[in-house]
Amino acid sequence: MTPVFLLHVPDGFLSVPVAGVFWALTALALGVSLRRAGATLDERAVPLMGVMAAFIFAAQMFNFPIPGGTSGHLLGGVLVAILLGPWAGTVVMACVIAVQALVFQDGGLVALGANIFNMGIIGTMGGFALYRSITGLLGGEERGRFPAAAVAAWVSVEAAAVLTAFQLAASDTTSLGVALTAMAGWHALIGIGEAVITVATLAFIRTSRRDLLSLRTGEASA
Amino acid sequence: MKSFARRYRWVLAGLALAAVLVLVLAPLASDNPDGLNRVSEDQGFADKADDPAFEILPGYSIPGVDRGRAGVILAGLAGVAIVFLLPMGLGYMARRSRRDAKP
Repeated sequence: MTPVFLLHVPDGFLSVPVAGVFWALTALALGVSLRRAGATLDERAVPLMGVMAAFIFAAQMFNFPIPGGTSGHLLGGVLVAILLGPWAGTVVMACVIAVQALVFQDGGLVALGANIFNMGIIGTMGGFALYRSITGLLGGEERGRFPAAAVAAWVSVEAAAVLTAFQLAASDTTSLGVALTAMAGWHALIGIGEAVITVATLAFIRTSRRDLLSLRTGEASA
Repeated sequence: MKSFARRYRWVLAGLALAAVLVLVLAPLASDNPDGLNRVSEDQGFADKADDPAFEILPGYSIPGVDRGRAGVILAGLAGVAIVFLLPMGLGYMARRSRRDAKP
């Protein structure tokens, strides 16, 4: 049986100290996110958390092929943060990635903290901050939404790949140069898929339920 | 009841969209190794992966059901249901703890 792990790191690739550091960072970020989300969340945003988690989970099952015999799938952190803000977005990504590890054995349990950090928090916090900066430069969210989302989505995938390479190297699983070149190379292509799906989903929501684009909270402190 | 259905129609539509993704796209997912998988094979550290400590629906399949289309779809729909409910429960509890904290 071939396990289906994606950017999801299985147990055995990361050393215990590396996995422990990222468990701690993820637990901290998740604790803060739950508290801030609770303080700011709109009532209508709660069902949107469920819908976005369901959508991201389903979309992550679809590995799109990329040239060169590899495949990639959506991460979704930037998308969910644009809709729900970084705090609720982080909670959604943590739920999706934890269920993938606990129920579907996609990604390890020791590595779960690192997986939530890499595939979730980088996008919901880092990618979202970049999105806010770019929409600011482009003269507001309404004008800058799609280009900013595309750039932030691509950067979040590339950043996740680069951080994974550092984690693999720090764990003595492989050398940094090799991991960095290979991970960054493939994920530069996979990131294009992330950007396309992120923009397409935002465009679909803007056309069908524009009001859902204004449920986001908590960005002032992001 | 009618107003509830109307108010939350978009939630049902979103769930239906996720279910359609599982039904239509998940069975078509590429079998090519993904980014990390490919790198771990190319660089010869793929065999460092440990077996999972336990298995429930490993690799998006249902134990005992053929690892074909039906298994993937059933596992995927179960996953959609779980991840739909879990963050809503957390979001609901997080909002309620705010209300309780206020005098």
